[in-house]
Amino acid sequence: MFKTILTRINQGYRTIKYPDGPAPPLPVRFRGRPKIHDSKCDSACTKCMDVCPTSALSKVDGKLQLDMGVCLFCGKCTAACPNEALEFTRDHRLACARREELIITGDSKEPVYTPQRELPAFFNKSFKMRQVSAAGCNACEADCNVLTTVGWDIGRFGLQFVASPRHSDGLAITGPVSENMRSALLTTYEAVPHPKLVLLVGSCAISGGVFKDHPETHNGAENLLPIDLYIPGCPPHPLTILDGLLKIIQRIK
Amino acid sequence: MTVETYKTLDLKNAGTANLGDVTQMSLEDFRQCIISRVKAGMRLSNMFAAKKADTFILYAVLADDNESVLSVLSCESGKSYDSMTNDCPQAHMFEREIYEQMGIMPEGHPWLKPVRFLNDNSTENKNKAKTKRPEIGRTDYFEVTGEEVHEVAVGPVHAGVIEPGHFRFQCHGERVFTLEISLGYQHRGIEKAVLAGPHKRTIHHMEALSGDTTIGHTTAYCQNIEKLSNCTPPAKALAIRNIMLELERMANHIGDLGALGADVGYLPTSSYCGAIRGDMLNITAMVCGNRFGRGIVVPGGVAWDIDEKLAQEMVERVQTTGDYAKEAIDMLWETPSVMARFQGVGALSLQTCRDIGLVGPAARACGLHIDTRQDHNFGYPYATPEAAYETHTGDVYARAYVRWLEIAESLKFVKRQLQTLPNTPIYLEPGPIMANKIAVSLTEGWRGEVCHTAITDKDGNFSSYKIVDPSFHNWFGLALALREQEISDFPLCNKSFNLSYCGFDL
Repeated sequence: MFKTILTRINQGYRTIKYPDGPAPPLPVRFRGRPKIHDSKCDSACTKCMDVCPTSALSKVDGKLQLDMGVCLFCGKCTAACPNEALEFTRDHRLACARREELIITGDSKEPVYTPQRELPAFFNKSFKMRQVSAAGCNACEADCNVLTTVGWDIGRFGLQFVASPRHSDGLAITGPVSENMRSALLTTYEAVPHPKLVLLVGSCAISGGVFKDHPETHNGAENLLPIDLYIPGCPPHPLTILDGLLKIIQRIK
Repeated sequence: MTVETYKTLDLKNAGTANLGDVTQMSLEDFRQCIISRVKAGMRLSNMFAAKKADTFILYAVLADDNESVLSVLSCESGKSYDSMTNDCPQAHMFEREIYEQMGIMPEGHPWLKPVRFLNDNSTENKNKAKTKRPEIGRTDYFEVTGEEVHEVAVGPVHAGVIEPGHFRFQCHGERVFTLEISLGYQHRGIEKAVLAGPHKRTIHHMEALSGDTTIGHTTAYCQNIEKLSNCTPPAKALAIRNIMLELERMANHIGDLGALGADVGYLPTSSYCGAIRGDMLNITAMVCGNRFGRGIVVPGGVAWDIDEKLAQEMVERVQTTGDYAKEAIDMLWETPSVMARFQGVGALSLQTCRDIGLVGPAARACGLHIDTRQDHNFGYPYATPEAAYETHTGDVYARAYVRWLEIAESLKFVKRQLQTLPNTPIYLEPGPIMANKIAVSLTEGWRGEVCHTAITDKDGNFSSYKIVDPSFHNWFGLALALREQEISDFPLCNKSFNLSYCGFDL
């Protein structure tokens, strides 16, 4: 018993202070919110687009844009760019309420979250999610799971992943939605009582990500269900997911 | 017939040869060679079929762990052949898989069921008659009838944040007669997408094959590409890969040991390990910016360097994290109520382990001395702690304890590697991929042996790329471990294996 108590003292208090205190430091090499510098970008150059594995980059009227919903955040584009016209900042705030807000251009401003529709105020006190992995590779799942550990402890915000869709206020979907999971995903959605939200975690769930256009998948849940929140990344950092969840419950702006 | 009768193409790990040099046998010799060699202690690491005009070629890779040799053999096959599962149970899933993918019938297979229910939304598949289209999860299951006998069906959507799969128990009260595991929900068509490659996306497909085994799978893949393009990555690149592989192993083992604590209601270890696992993942992120090691392993070496300062910082972090882990996990072994739940539950015998071809910690927990890092290593000596084999009870306790011993060994290994990093570049650009070759590569992922086999066509593109995740071998072990156990022991047994759904479903 003494050892148990001693261990408890040694292991210390591990829960992060965020959002009341500072966010935990992100690794120096972390690749977060992309930034495009139009002034440095040669409009005729396509080097970044050529190396992008998922065609997340495109040019509209000669101006570069990046679709975070497809991006794997692999950083090949920044390595290929001769002019440093493109960079991944260490800003973890990627979540947004509309698909088009995931597209980064040279004119993109600071991310501002405004919900698509008015959400019930009681979600702000208690928001329960049923997580459905629809062909997710277990990385997004793992980083959802980690939010329930003592380090992040989302329970303190009234956030919880629950076992039954009947007990939940919405779905957090990961994975590109395989044909083999389509029916189970839709059935689970049906089982959630109204009002219900759908959150997409990871590029796969948003667009198919690295599995985009595989005939075995549905390019994410976008075309199958109404979506309330997009959290891009491959996988998104737990802090990025937390940022999205705290926005849904209006804990942060 | 003795083993020596057959001549096969013998490769070392991460070896390559001309496709024409692969031993072509008659179908009967192919069968007998596999059956007799597996009986003699070799393992069936990979078996698959490739289409050739109107017929098929069957390929097999047999691993000889004592001699560090991978034997490759092949034969021509028509639409059917005599199943070898009855004589060599290790082949059971491979034969089912080949039947599902290619339609080659293993005559006499005892339980020929779908492996992944290959489904897609292509028009070709949608136009098929409904009866010809597999419906996920619908197949024959074991049935037990009688009074007080009941069936429990779980999944695909489970009660936690976890991947989908379907489990079916035949029970008498709390007692489980059989468990059957039916997967395929995660099928994303990766092997098909890789064909005619490597493409721009191929390395990313490997990273997402099983998200928690990113380093294991990307390393196996890159070893193949490097051999096929005659590229030897610099020593430092290999050292960094090994460091990342062990960090991945420790993070997963620590997380699972914590979860095992939670499954028996022992919350201190589970709470601490949740945070400590994150600390390990964060060390991986120090190197490549991603907690799961995305982007670090690339054909030709690694994409991110570890300089002296970072190495020093990592050593300190690994040391601290290791100390926390040791303290948190040691509590398990010292708590009688935990040990009472771990010991004797979900036991597999050494014989069963050999028969079905278990790999990784699950096999070592049964007392089988296999570890790719030791048996088929490729430059960096790694010694499995001898103690890992002393706990050969094959139960939840053994699987847990072996993992703890591995964490301790990996800790030492990583620290040593970080302190003795070679002073070389980290990348050497691979040349073009050679035509008409076969390459076989193994790594020891945290769940066990990862095997990738590549075959290139006349233009140097993949005509076959066969991936075997350790889960492919081990899921059946979980099913057998549940027999005659209580159904309430399922979460505990499941977590002690913690197998990959997407690694299996591909």
